[in-house]
Amino acid sequence: MQYLMMIHVDEAAMAAARQSDAQAIMAAYGAYTEAMRQAGVWLGGERLHPAANGAIVRNKAGKTSVVNGPYAEAREQLGGYYKIEAADLDAAIAWAARCPGAATGTIEVRPIWPM
Amino acid sequence: MADVTAAALAERVARESYGRLVAFLAAGARDVPAAEDALADAFAAALQSWPLHGAPANPEGWLVVVARRRLIDGARRRGAAAEAQATLRLLAEEAAAEHPLPDRRLALMFACAHPAIEESVRAPLMLQTILGLDAAAIASAFLVSPATMGQRLSRAKARIRLAGVPFREPAPELWPERIGAVLDAIYAAFSHGWLASGDSRGRNLTEEAVWLGRVAVALAPAEPEAAGLLALMLYAHARRAARRDAAGRFVPLSEQDTAAWDHAAIDEAESRLAAAAKLGRPGRFQLEAAIQSAHAARRRGGVTDWLAIAALYDALLALTGSPVVAVNRAVAVSRARGVEAGLAALDAIAADASLGEFQAYWAARADLEALAGLGAARRSYARAIGLESDPAVRDFLVEKLRAFEAVSAPPP
Repeated sequence: MQYLMMIHVDEAAMAAARQSDAQAIMAAYGAYTEAMRQAGVWLGGERLHPAANGAIVRNKAGKTSVVNGPYAEAREQLGGYYKIEAADLDAAIAWAARCPGAATGTIEVRPIWPM
Repeated sequence: MADVTAAALAERVARESYGRLVAFLAAGARDVPAAEDALADAFAAALQSWPLHGAPANPEGWLVVVARRRLIDGARRRGAAAEAQATLRLLAEEAAAEHPLPDRRLALMFACAHPAIEESVRAPLMLQTILGLDAAAIASAFLVSPATMGQRLSRAKARIRLAGVPFREPAPELWPERIGAVLDAIYAAFSHGWLASGDSRGRNLTEEAVWLGRVAVALAPAEPEAAGLLALMLYAHARRAARRDAAGRFVPLSEQDTAAWDHAAIDEAESRLAAAAKLGRPGRFQLEAAIQSAHAARRRGGVTDWLAIAALYDALLALTGSPVVAVNRAVAVSRARGVEAGLAALDAIAADASLGEFQAYWAARADLEALAGLGAARRSYARAIGLESDPAVRDFLVEKLRAFEAVSAPPP
């Protein structure tokens, strides 16, 4: 089954991190991604720019509105995602627990609806 | 004040007697959920009644009487008249012998670890029925969602009733296999708790598992593997405070400050292991405990006898064939006979298909490759880091990778 792991992080804390800490986090993500590739579970994944750099778009009754992000006023924002192939939810949770973001933020694991 | 006392008493009775009461109430109809519900009602009634009327002299007996009434009411409401009669008769037969309440927790443990119950749910089932932990608390340690854990537990309990899983100690010819399943489940609870509790503060599943181990030893005193398992858990538990330094960084066993170990727990482990060994039937848990005993000896002499540890791992590997044991053995071999010998031991299991997600293999491999000055250490460390879920251990491995890169030539 395919799962989307959404990594919700505290953007302010990430921005305030010392450079050495930020490098350690990037190294941990690199190792994590590589481990997923080697285990054959990695299907894709990207890091996202902060939510404030994005746009929130709606089209209600023919009228398009565009406002600045973030979408939800929360301490944690979607900071990146992985798409993985896992045998079941338990296997996906095991991978989510290894994600460096799980130590500081929250990983949301959702099964992908097959079309 | 009376409230506090009654609540405290109810909590103490819950801790000490929960499993005993569930085992007693469920034994007749093998209906664990009904027994749990009836007991929950009885505890709720106790919290209302005891502060008003004073705590009873025999709290367990009081709870059994109330819970039994609930069970019988429940059976009547379901229209299960025959069932209600049977329950009534069974419980009435035992009413006379209620002081003290017969301890059927070992029988309940055998039911939880019965071959008809799926292996992965045995430990959670024991934690819930014997200790009363809720599904959500168990789910986190076992890395599944609370909803999933709740479903698995309900299915397992339904299976106990519908499949007629017996509430009794197995026949002698089945004993070794069945007690092995019980002890495996207790150890699984301990291991999950250990991994989920990098942080040494607070109560966690490891303590609950040690409690289960004590129950097993008390109820099966002639079984050396029960004592061996308890010793093994106590050795590990004794080191809980030494696993992290003051800054929260991971400290590997070989570098732990032995002064931070819980020496009373180690002393108890030593005497439990010695008592088990006297019974003259060695086994997996006694061997694992003996390995921990050899590690613990460093608190006296300051050195570790790696030759002895490697020899114990040889025996353990021959007995279990487990890849986890094979990795630990390779590390011991490297300390006893050199890095090359350790790497050769790891190479021997490298073909195992399950190693792709096996963190301990890559961590051991990385260390040995780094000691041998092999550039492959870089990749192995990366695999180990990527597969690790404990942030403190991950940071520890990242530091090791950095140290290795600092002393080795840059990658080509």
